[in-house]
Amino acid sequence: MTARALINVPRKAKRGDVIEIKTLISHVMESGFRTGTNGKTIPRDIITSFACTYNGEEIFATQFYPAVAANPFVTFYTIATDNGTLAFTWIGDNGFEVTQEAKIVVE
Amino acid sequence: MEKRLRLVAPALAIVLAAIASLAFAEIPLSQRRSGYEQMSREVKAMQDDDTSNPASLSVLDGEALWTRREGSAQKSCADCHHDAETSMRGVSARYPAFDAAKRRPLDIEQRINLCRTEKQQATPLPFESRDLLALTAYLGKQSRGMPIAVISDDDTKPFIEAGRQIYARRQGQLNLSCQNCHDDNAGQKLAGVELPQGHPTGYPLYRLEWQSLGSLQRRLRNCLFGMRAEPYAYGADEYVDLELFLMWRARGMTVETPAVRP
Repeated sequence: MTARALINVPRKAKRGDVIEIKTLISHVMESGFRTGTNGKTIPRDIITSFACTYNGEEIFATQFYPAVAANPFVTFYTIATDNGTLAFTWIGDNGFEVTQEAKIVVE
Repeated sequence: MEKRLRLVAPALAIVLAAIASLAFAEIPLSQRRSGYEQMSREVKAMQDDDTSNPASLSVLDGEALWTRREGSAQKSCADCHHDAETSMRGVSARYPAFDAAKRRPLDIEQRINLCRTEKQQATPLPFESRDLLALTAYLGKQSRGMPIAVISDDDTKPFIEAGRQIYARRQGQLNLSCQNCHDDNAGQKLAGVELPQGHPTGYPLYRLEWQSLGSLQRRLRNCLFGMRAEPYAYGADEYVDLELFLMWRARGMTVETPAVRP
């Protein structure tokens, strides 16, 4: 099944307001340190990086490591500057790449 | 020495009487509390906001499965039941429910699989599989906020009683019953964790310890392991009886599905 992501961005904000952005994505975040029932190591499968752009400009980025729990939840703040699009990208092992967008209206 | 004994004896009698009155005492209906109330502020916030509740991801999966055509009949759930938001409202709150053909109560997982094998002509989904959890979470969400409505009638009563007996039976190397923790000592600490009353108000739920969604049967299995008892096989009658008793014990409490627990 494809990865699902949930993004919570306020639809409207006043110019200059500090807004909270919440993101949640489904991912097993297999650490690569566990062994399966056959005694073999389960290969690592994690999201390695996450970034958010606001009208093309990067406003937030982070790296993930094996200790991050499954279904990573990331929340951060930014200043509402202009109408536009927030784009979120998660990149991980085995060619994992998910991009989602959210629109915001700034008055 | 004798004098001291004389002092100790009445005290001991009082303590023994207190223990005896505690044993077999069911929690009065008005004093029942959901495990939600014992959670930290952060975990409560996680459950309350659908965009931070990780179980929401499975609910979305379930919504997609609801309309997917399956099996040799090439039918989807929606082909018969249409819009789940209306047709499935309050359904999970009534399960496990008595099935006349099987002459037994079925839990919601078994009911979904019955539909799959009989109506969709598809293979049953394995217990704790991602798809079955997603479907039960999606159905459960349609009952969120409604009271648990499992009924005790001529059909279900013998199974509720069977469940109550399993609940009260001491088992495993630690020789504990469910009742010892969840009735007699609920609210006390077990290894630093507050014992909940054990009401299944939010299943399937996202457990942070599991890092995934899990069913009530998985939770019961977890408890049996903790008691060092041998867990039943998934789908065993004992589990369903126990689920039925626990849901009846929680009758009238609010469905929180899909809940989050630490």
